[in-house]
Amino acid sequence: MDLHEYQAAEIFGRYGIPVNRGIVARAPEEARAAAERLGGQVVVKAQVHAGGRGKAGGIRLASDPLEAEAVARQILGMTIRGRVVRKVLVAPAVAFVREYYLGVVLDRDARRVVVMGSSAGGVDIEEVARERPEAIVREHADPFLGFLDYQARRLAFRLGVEPELARGFAAIARQLYQAYVDCDASLAEINPLVLTQERTWLALDTKVVLDDNGLFRHPDLAELRDPEEEDPLEHEARLAGISFVRLEGTVGCIVNGAGLSMATMDAIKLYGGEPANFLDIGGGASAQRVAAALRIVVADPNVRSILVNIFGGITRGDVVAQGLLEAFREVEVRVPIVIRLVGTRQEEGRRMLEEAGFTVVDTMEEAAERAVALAKSQ
Amino acid sequence: MAILVDESTRLLVQGITGREGSFHTEQMIEYGTTVVAGVTPGAGGRQVHGVPVFDTVADAVAATQPNVSFVAVPAPFAPDAILEAAEAGIPLIVCITEGIPVLEMVRVAHAVRSRGVRLIGPNCPGLISPGKAKVGIMPGFIHMPGPVGIVSRSGTLTYEVVWALTRAGIGQSTAVGIGGDPVIGTSFVDVLEMFERDPETQAIVLIGEIGGADEEAAAEFIRQHVSKPVVGFIAGRTAPPGRRMGHAGAIISGGRGTAAEKIAALEAAGVPVAERPAQVADLVRQVLERR
Repeated sequence: MDLHEYQAAEIFGRYGIPVNRGIVARAPEEARAAAERLGGQVVVKAQVHAGGRGKAGGIRLASDPLEAEAVARQILGMTIRGRVVRKVLVAPAVAFVREYYLGVVLDRDARRVVVMGSSAGGVDIEEVARERPEAIVREHADPFLGFLDYQARRLAFRLGVEPELARGFAAIARQLYQAYVDCDASLAEINPLVLTQERTWLALDTKVVLDDNGLFRHPDLAELRDPEEEDPLEHEARLAGISFVRLEGTVGCIVNGAGLSMATMDAIKLYGGEPANFLDIGGGASAQRVAAALRIVVADPNVRSILVNIFGGITRGDVVAQGLLEAFREVEVRVPIVIRLVGTRQEEGRRMLEEAGFTVVDTMEEAAERAVALAKSQ
Repeated sequence: MAILVDESTRLLVQGITGREGSFHTEQMIEYGTTVVAGVTPGAGGRQVHGVPVFDTVADAVAATQPNVSFVAVPAPFAPDAILEAAEAGIPLIVCITEGIPVLEMVRVAHAVRSRGVRLIGPNCPGLISPGKAKVGIMPGFIHMPGPVGIVSRSGTLTYEVVWALTRAGIGQSTAVGIGGDPVIGTSFVDVLEMFERDPETQAIVLIGEIGGADEEAAAEFIRQHVSKPVVGFIAGRTAPPGRRMGHAGAIISGGRGTAAEKIAALEAAGVPVAERPAQVADLVRQVLERR
């Protein structure tokens, strides 16, 4: 789950990390009022779950409250990588002499948390990793002891931080690691962490992504979810406990299992179509879950046909078929459906579905081919 | 032969009185797996499908000497259950639980490894040596004994490939689901190494998906250490970057972990990669005929 910059700043502030406190505004007038309260030059920043805000024109300077209002008017409502900006953060503009990057992330290969620093701050760290990997310094945290003081100091010195400033830098790195662990984050990042003209450290931009699997033990953090940032269909799917990712194609997919769902999407593409979504109903394929999945898929106006691919496994084929029939009775579907069903007693299941007038096919390939052809003929 | 589980498997089920634990215990017994004990704290003295239940893993070990544990415990309690089994000295732990926080798994993965215990999963279907033992949630009937070892990050996609192999008359030595989470106990490389040593396994199928670099590591290992033919399949060619595709570990982040990269790495290691799951069976037949 993504957090907004201002939410991440709030969390980091609680850990004693010096953050550039700002005020959130939802309307241009609110941005003006915020700039008046802050005084002086401000920066107006789009608060949206998308990268590349700066390049898209979503981060702008304003020298007075009136300009802040004008700039906010331009940013609010703009679309950045498909997301509409509904909030801006108005924060004091800061003069600085140097920019660093500081981030905490999981190193999957090492099965450890890694703290990364770079003296090339303020730019896309993935770009730095590609083009100048030597500019990134890494320290792996011990799974049991954590990220230790000497490691934080070593990070600072390897980045060329002056001795009198290294202690402050190291403290921020350790607190960032602590925030990451305490929140069950999958990313905690300060980019840039700047050295101001007054030679103090300040986190100018902050980012946190939370591990969805950890949310059950952080109800306070779960509440930070911004429903405005979620696609309405993805929102509905999440409430129904269904894994769903909306895509841009025309063949709707309802599949059990994440790997099989991806493979089904790939098969649709292989036969010349485009999947409209990723959708994993999970195990069991009960009538209730299939009905919820159907409602979500048919709500997408791009969908021209639906492919249901169920590998029944332990659940009997006739039970799965019964569930599908109940779901189809419950949800009105105006596009053609192709069903592929495997499981014990699949013949019974298949006969039940065919008697109800559905197209049932034997293999996933055949199902994908048929669904693509039907989508194109609609 | 087979790897990890066979006729000598003596299984403990942790969480045996739960809905999943009880259902799959029955299914595993039906398949022929020897289930010697179950554990549910507070349910000691009961029986589930004729299997004695203990309060602690230590009690179950003392009374019944299990050598594999199957953990079907909800996410908030699963890390503790895994560590309890590891401490009791059970050498192989299979955890099917989905939704364990990744930072818990960082600690658990290192803790079990330091005890010399093998963990498979979490968030996996388990494993099966057809005709010998099933320690997992997969449907037994789709499998048949034979020469192909399977290792996969997925559940139903593995069933799809197994089904295609069985329908083509090609049996399996062992099918191992290693799990779809970012941090898992056993990697592709670990299982490839076991299949390479297993005399019954004559060919290997590797089923990967987007996210991480475990497939790339596997490709490098195959190039250097695997003499048996390997066939691959990678799911997620059409997956968009930055979105989690069901599995917590299935995400393209920072432009890394794409299907294209993984396919290229495998092909560079001489591994033919199928475009469709069913095509795996054709490729396996070809490599077996060539041997």
